[in-house]
Parts: sequence; C-alpha cells; structure tokens
Amino acid sequence: MVIREAFSAFKRAPLLSVLGVVTIAFSLFAFGLFGLVAVNIRDALQAIENRVEIRAFIADGTPVEASSAAMGDIHAFPEVLSVTYVSQDDAYARARKELGEFSDVFEPGVLPASLDIKLKPGYRDPTTVQAVANRLKSYDFVDDVRYGEDWVAKLYRLRTIATLVGTGLGVAFAAVAVIIIGATIRIMVMARAREIEIMRLVGATNGFIRMPFVLEGFIQGVMGGLLALGLTWATSTAISHSFMRTEFFDPALATAGVIGGAVIGLLGSTFAVGRQLRRL
Amino acid sequence: MSLVRFLNVAKEYPRGGVALSHASFQLHKGEFAFLTGPSGSGKSTILKLIYMEERPTAGDVWVSGVSARDASRKEVSMVRRHLGIVFQDFRLLEDRSAEANIAFALEVTGTPADMIRQRVGRVLTQVGLASKGTALPRELSGGEQQRIAIARALVNDPFVLIADEPTGNLDERATRGVFQLLRDINTAGTAVIMATHDLDLIRRTEYRTIELNHGRLVYDSAEAPPAEKAPSAVAPSHHDENPI
Repeated sequence: MVIREAFSAFKRAPLLSVLGVVTIAFSLFAFGLFGLVAVNIRDALQAIENRVEIRAFIADGTPVEASSAAMGDIHAFPEVLSVTYVSQDDAYARARKELGEFSDVFEPGVLPASLDIKLKPGYRDPTTVQAVANRLKSYDFVDDVRYGEDWVAKLYRLRTIATLVGTGLGVAFAAVAVIIIGATIRIMVMARAREIEIMRLVGATNGFIRMPFVLEGFIQGVMGGLLALGLTWATSTAISHSFMRTEFFDPALATAGVIGGAVIGLLGSTFAVGRQLRRL
Repeated sequence: MSLVRFLNVAKEYPRGGVALSHASFQLHKGEFAFLTGPSGSGKSTILKLIYMEERPTAGDVWVSGVSARDASRKEVSMVRRHLGIVFQDFRLLEDRSAEANIAFALEVTGTPADMIRQRVGRVLTQVGLASKGTALPRELSGGEQQRIAIARALVNDPFVLIADEPTGNLDERATRGVFQLLRDINTAGTAVIMATHDLDLIRRTEYRTIELNHGRLVYDSAEAPPAEKAPSAVAPSHHDENPI
C-alpha cells in the first residue's frame, strides 16, 4: 500500500509531482554547474601544481658517482616523488628546445648539470618546497637550488583562495538548494493535508502515514538528481564543443550528486510530513 | 457497558480559554445521544476528546477502557480504528472515487485487499449508494457525499459513531435521509453520539440529549427525571440568543 500510494501520488497530482522533480533538478543543476566550475578550476590548479619542481644545479667537475649516490638519498625523502639527473648535454638540448628562435644563445657545455626533483602531491606548499630546497643545498656538490619561490607562493595562495571561495560558495549553493527543495516539498505535503488528516482519523499510525510521503520524496529526489546530472552533462558537453575542454564529474562524484538529491528529497519530505502531523 | 466515560473533564486552550469544565457522563453500548448547545459551548471539544484529537487538561476520558491522558500515539491510532467519525464538511478526498474514499480507511490500517472489496461493497449498500461507487465526490449531492463519509466511518465496524454536525450542510430532505441512516446504524447496534444545532431533530425523537453551555454540561436527559425535557429541546431558548 505504501509503495502504491507513493507512486499513485505522481498519477493523481502530476503537475505538483513534476514541479517537485523540476525544482529539485534545477536546484541541483545550479549546484552542479558550480561543482563543474569548481572541479575544472581544481584540475587546472592541479596541472599547474604538478609543474612545481626543484632544480639543484651540480657544480662543475662533480663525479657522476657522487650525484648518483645522492639521488638515492634524495629519492628517499618523504616529500620527493621523483629525481631526474639532467646532464649538461640534456640541459643544453632542453634549453634549445625551450628557447626556440633564441636557441643559439648558448654554447654546448655552458649550462650546468642538475638534479630535477618533483614533489609528491600535498608537499608542494612554499614551506615544504623551501625545506626540501634547503636540504638539497647542504650537499657539497650542489652549486645552487632554484624552485621559483615567488611563483610557488602565488600558486599556493591562489589555491587557498580558490578552496575557501569554492567551499563558501558550495555551502551557499547547497543551502539554497536545500531551502528551495524543502519549501517545495512542504507545499506538496500541505496540498495533501486533508489526506494526512483523514489517515490519522481512521487510525493510521504516524509511521504508516509518513512512509508514502518519504518514499515519494526519495523517488522525486532520485529523479531530480538524475535530471540535474543530465542537464549538467549536457552543459559540460556543449561548453567542451563550443569554447574549451571541460572535465565532467567522475562517476563517484556524479553518483554522490544523485544520492544527494535522494537524501534531500527523503529528509525534506520526512521533516515536512512530521511538521504537518504535529500541526494536525 | 460504558464505551465512553468522561470524569470531571476540563479542557483549556492556552489562547482560547476554557472550552470545557467539570464534564462527567458515560455513553453506553448501543446508545444514541445528541450533544447540543450554542456555538462555542464545547460540543466539538467533547467529540475531539473522544477521538483523542485533544487531551483533557483535568479529569480523564476513557474510550473503550483507554485513558486519553495516558494513551500513547499508537494507542490513539488503535482506538480510532474502532471509532467512526463524520464531519459537517464530509472530509472526502476529492480526487478519489466514493469507493476509493471508503477503501482508504481500510488500506491505511493494513486490511487485505479482498476483504476491502467485500466490506466497501457492503457499506455502500448499507448507505444506499451501491450504484455510485465509482463517482467522484463532486459528482454527488451533499447528502450523498455525507452518506459516503458515513460509509467510510462504518467500514471499520466501529463501536461508536461520532458525528459532528453531520446535517449542518444539508437541506431538509437530505438531513432526514442522513439522520434516518444514523438511526438505522444505531438500531443495528452501533452507539452514536451526534453534535447538532437542529432542535427539530432532537424534538422528533426520544434519544438521550446532553446540553452544553459555556463549556458546562447543563442538562443530560439520562440524569433527569422522566418527565423533564431538555430546556432547549422544548422550545428555543438561550441557544437562539447566541446564534452562530
């Protein structure tokens, strides 16, 4: 009876049910669009962050064995992801490639050999980068250490700001979505106040009365969540085709969005029907 | 046997003042009782206390042995399954057929489907609307809608039928029909307690009359000597000084 009542509500009041699903869908869609922007900014910053690198220049005349032995040590640092030896020839080749039309500025053998060190994710903040750089400076064969202090600091600041703004806006969007969805579900429950009243008067228990509404809210939440996901995907695809390549949510995040819709629908209807039962 | 028992019952609302005070009476198995009195005299409060929509502020109400003061929500639900409640405004679900409205009362209490069909057919016949089961409430007259509401109240085989101004929205002909139906139900063994302003109905019968005024029980024909009649049932009196 509970399942039949939940589904028959869609049949009996299709407009109200569609309104509920569409409200949930558009509220989650707005949140989804924000999520899409946040995910793409995160990915862009991540890509830049992946380029954080410390370069330890090796003094001329250093035996290869000395730098090779140190590479093992450095690789064992907990912060270090990889250590690459760049010989003088490699440095020259890289410089020619990077400088393009000015590739003739350097002569072979002018550029020093180096150890290029990449750090693990989570260790790319200015303090950690500087600590690793200082440790590298302690090696006798290391002439100089460069890692672009200003650039790393700016990047880290940008990431912190993006995280704070993203979290704040995300919470605000989620709150707005919950409020709008909650209000819609409340209107839908109030529209069926008479039904609830009659159920109580003929001896239905509160738990029994709640169930069809809760199930209905859950179904609407899932449908709204799926619709929002479809709309977000369509928007993401359209942007990818027309303006720039965008990343869509990974399957786990997409599933979380739909589950979020279902939970909002379920909780919204539980609270709304509970409130209605207390009013009657 | 006492189905409903009021003992020194008072009901006060935080903002509405005293709705009922010192009310004591009993309703017995198979009895028919009118509740009468002017608007705001406490008739509906008494009915709400019986179906435990309200709890007494003082004293206690027992319905089928269950105390309204102590009953849990679950117990209230169980008590209501043995009561039939009828209102002046019918309270039917407009988007469901007559038989679906009646079946609803059984569905929400978990009655098996085959039993629902059988009992809905039986009560529709009992209220004289066997041919109108598929009609929507708006396709029925006021009297017919009230009969459907009565059928819904009857379908659970209640021991008490509570009727709050059931003829208040009906013309004279429909009133007679609905009242006769309530009498038939009572004759079949169900106790009926009916709130009404209709003094003609009260005068036409010898049923018990409980009269209220300003939240006090001022007259109960079951307590009065045989010759004494309810003051307002004999002739319009103070009721008419305080019309709706």
